Amino acid sequence: MSLKNRNLISINDFSKEEHLHVLDVAAEFEANPRQPILTDRVVATLFFEPSTRTRLSFESAANQLGARIIGFSDASNSSVQKGETLHDTITMVSSYADLIVMRHPREGSSRYASEVAKVPVINAGDGANQHPTQCLLDLYSIRKTQGRLDNLNVAFVGDLKYGRTVHSLTHALCQFNTTFHLVSPEALKLPSAVKQDIKDHNLKYYQYTDLQEVLSKVDIVYMTRVQRERFADPMEYEKVKNACILTGSMLHDCKENMKILHPLPRVNEITTDVDKTPYAYYFQQAQNGVYVRQALIALILGAKA
Amino acid sequence: MSKKELLVSALENGTVIDHISVGQVMRVLHILGLDDCDSMIYLGANLSSRKYGKKGIIKVADKFFKEDEINKIALVSPKATFIEVRNYEVVKKIQVSLPKEIHGSVKCMNPNCITNHQPVETFFDVIETPDIKLHCHYCEKNSLPEVIEFI
Repeated sequence: MSLKNRNLISINDFSKEEHLHVLDVAAEFEANPRQPILTDRVVATLFFEPSTRTRLSFESAANQLGARIIGFSDASNSSVQKGETLHDTITMVSSYADLIVMRHPREGSSRYASEVAKVPVINAGDGANQHPTQCLLDLYSIRKTQGRLDNLNVAFVGDLKYGRTVHSLTHALCQFNTTFHLVSPEALKLPSAVKQDIKDHNLKYYQYTDLQEVLSKVDIVYMTRVQRERFADPMEYEKVKNACILTGSMLHDCKENMKILHPLPRVNEITTDVDKTPYAYYFQQAQNGVYVRQALIALILGAKA
Repeated sequence: MSKKELLVSALENGTVIDHISVGQVMRVLHILGLDDCDSMIYLGANLSSRKYGKKGIIKVADKFFKEDEINKIALVSPKATFIEVRNYEVVKKIQVSLPKEIHGSVKCMNPNCITNHQPVETFFDVIETPDIKLHCHYCEKNSLPEVIEFI
């Protein structure tokens, strides 16, 4: 299996075996993070919209591999401001770097960039569409904490309608015989196409509006933020805003090894008293992102097989 | 209906587009660019059809269509037939067929798709499950034939 020179635009671009291989290589980097195996390579990080965590995580990963980094953290600092097309920016950068990592507010921009670029492209988020490295670090965190990916009970909580991480991770977990527990306000339920995806894999899902109901049943609680701007009626938001908040006092009768994940940033959906409990895993989850991105960069640039 | 009872005069040369789905005559006209041409055109809507109950029909004088134009019509009228007439004789009948991919002629209905913001040619995979959907190769969203716009 070789991922050399492959693009990673959507989670579906890699097979189940390739996903697992990335996780295995990420585990090697977790055990030994500083491996300067890419000292002769240049990685471009093109962030057409700001993203603190994802950009720093990619840059930390590239740095720990010894690669040089070029790029921009905001389109206003680039020639995009002068009206340059994405085609021209990518064509130019692909002659300066060995790998392009890009985030862009428009959906489909990374797929298009991968068709224009002479070098591989990793999608670091294209609008509300895909964010495959988040999905891989979520899988890594689940496997690391549970010791396996197969046959788990996973709860998704919060904005299941618009949350792209929820959709990608649901799709990825369908490969592992997962049982899904979906907790959301009525207005933010998982779209029917994603539920159909679960059914197509002959897997089960259960829907809830009360978070407390699922906490004792599951191995993983994947929290997401419910955003006020998603509601046409502000009264509706006020009615449901507390339904998907996880507090320390709710964490009784949980499975001993249950872990809480969150793609971050969180606002108030996980109260800070949860941070001290053994169930909280969201900060380590973010840290795992560096190992997963090291693995991807090393594999795609051919420094690991 | 015998030839003597034809509601409009027969074509000497041109194309008859038959079995157009109900309500789609004007869209077919638009997709083929016929709303802005000089040819003589007859339109029929809600005509009775032995096969499908009701249908629309368009007759265009002195105009013939290429395969890619014909197959665009499959998206809005999957049962349509293009009948080429020369010297009052039918010389060819082409049943529209759904292409596997559509490049360039349809707009992505996702307003945030890159194809609506940069000079990028649209590209859809045509999915039949069994309803027809156009899956955008770029933004991965589906557009439904009822709402698609042709470029």
